[in-house]
Amino acid sequence: MTTESVVAAAADAVEAPLGAAALPGRGRTVLRRFLARRSALAGMVVVVLLFVLAFAGPFLTHWSYSDIDYTALRSAPSAEHWFGTNRIGQDVFAQTVRGLQKSLLIGLLVGLVATVLAAAVGAGAGYFGGWTDRSLMFLVDLLLVFPSFLIIAIVAPRLRATGWLAFVGLLTLFAWMITARVVRSMTLSLREREFVRAAQYMGVHPARIIVRHILPNIASFLIIDATIAVGGAVMSETALSYFGFGVQSPDVSLGTLIADNTGAAVTYPWMFFFAAGLLVVFVLAVNLIGDGLRDAFDPTARKARS
Amino acid sequence: MTAYLARRLGYYAILLVAAVCLSYVLASTALDPRAYFEGRRPPPSPEAIDAQLTALGINGGTPLPERLWHWLAGAVHGDFGRTIDDTSVTAEFGRRLGVSLRLLLSGTVLGTVVGVLAGAWTAVRQYRLSDRAVTLASFLLLSTPTFLLAVLLKIGAIKLNAVLGTDLIQFTGEKDPDLHGGLLAELRDRGVHLLLPTLSIGLVTIAAYSRYQRNTMLDVLGADYLRTARAKGLSRGRALVRHGLRTALIPMSTYFSYGFLALFTGATFTEIVFGWHGMGEWLVESIGKDDINSVVAVSAFAAVVVLLSGFLADLLHAALDPRVRT
Repeated sequence: MTTESVVAAAADAVEAPLGAAALPGRGRTVLRRFLARRSALAGMVVVVLLFVLAFAGPFLTHWSYSDIDYTALRSAPSAEHWFGTNRIGQDVFAQTVRGLQKSLLIGLLVGLVATVLAAAVGAGAGYFGGWTDRSLMFLVDLLLVFPSFLIIAIVAPRLRATGWLAFVGLLTLFAWMITARVVRSMTLSLREREFVRAAQYMGVHPARIIVRHILPNIASFLIIDATIAVGGAVMSETALSYFGFGVQSPDVSLGTLIADNTGAAVTYPWMFFFAAGLLVVFVLAVNLIGDGLRDAFDPTARKARS
Repeated sequence: MTAYLARRLGYYAILLVAAVCLSYVLASTALDPRAYFEGRRPPPSPEAIDAQLTALGINGGTPLPERLWHWLAGAVHGDFGRTIDDTSVTAEFGRRLGVSLRLLLSGTVLGTVVGVLAGAWTAVRQYRLSDRAVTLASFLLLSTPTFLLAVLLKIGAIKLNAVLGTDLIQFTGEKDPDLHGGLLAELRDRGVHLLLPTLSIGLVTIAAYSRYQRNTMLDVLGADYLRTARAKGLSRGRALVRHGLRTALIPMSTYFSYGFLALFTGATFTEIVFGWHGMGEWLVESIGKDDINSVVAVSAFAAVVVLLSGFLADLLHAALDPRVRT
């Protein structure tokens, strides 16, 4: 786990977003470049549509995700049950939108909080250096060495009573380390810049320097990373829920839905493939947005013709 | 270079001890082996439970530092204590080690080699049809969680087997328990069982590495020293491999240690989906049984494997980049 090469890679990235605040209309330029990329735009549209589906979907059908229709067990998709029903007669559409809602909420929260945490720790370690740096990076390495799956699997069932927000906290705990390392190495090179030096000599408080001078200069990296982190968090959440360590019944998430219906995937495909498909489509869309943002923020990273 | 590697190794040793101690403390506070015994029918008397817990070295009555010290003293001599069913953790460890390592090794080799080659190849053929196809495929794979990919591969195999009418692709367990045949038949059987699990962790790794390798290779392709190499008469392929790929691999060594983390988690999920009796399955089983010693053993294994991959990445970095060796 060497940091040297990350430093080198990060040094390039630091150059790009310089003057984020100085140049008027940079946001507009980035937006224009972002919209010019068809895949990124498509990703954006899909994510918006999925959010609409997740939060408006429950009002479109009179079935609730826990309702049981005893007259329709394992029935194929129809006008009454849009996505069919599962083996005990629950409406798959209602369950899927409910699961989607939970998975999206968890992913969004984990992605945002983890990025904020990574920015704070990484910038703190890089800016202060010395023992602060060493102890924070030891913590990062320790958490990386620890199998996160193990801790979440041990602790999550004990937090059953506190609900899914505790699960969000656990997921966040193991989602910030690599980003923090990159932020640290970017901060290391920013710390030596004239404007940071000037602020230091003027007696500006270190916390203020970090918030006003360091973080805005790595904002583009943080935005991109937060986007990718949302996709990663949704994948972790579904994986843990699939093995019974995440969202607990009666609540549903895409992970629990896939877990419950894996056995029926061959014979009753509708029970399995709607949830699985939406999961892949969402993560794919988020990744496309992240990729588009990266190109929009830093067009030099994309060589030659495009 | 020796000093550099020795320094890294020392740091990893400290990390390992810290991680193992932390997981012991965590497992001991979060898991409740007493409840496991109390849940037995008929429930044993409290005194019997107490005696059993003490014998296993996991009695909550003993102070935690004392239990940790006792465990560590044993672990140094290769004795990882007893499982909750009073069998040797070390023996169980040995049984499952080979199963997990086989999967990790095949997944890593497939993922790294094919991933790096695919990335380098697509970088050379940037924006051609093959580049776009590989890019699209890797985006799709990177958006599929490993457990889902494993499940999808399993479903695909079931359908394929149904179409063919034979069990062409076997996917449950690591071998056919009823197989009686020579060494060759056994090897073939194990290979077939290895196919789908390897694919399910290998494909994601290929996708991730090919993306990184494509980026680092693109950075290198326009470099002056590559033109110099061509100018002094090296063939295009030779220049690309000797000067391009080698330089582009340096930043990859960092991704390698991070990538292995993801691969390890993915292997845990894959083992469970395909019913392999490896470390990952052991972990889930022992958490269900509140088996502290087994949980710690698995986490120690995970820490060792991850640190080892980190050390390998350091070695690779030192071998590729002469600046590190000083």
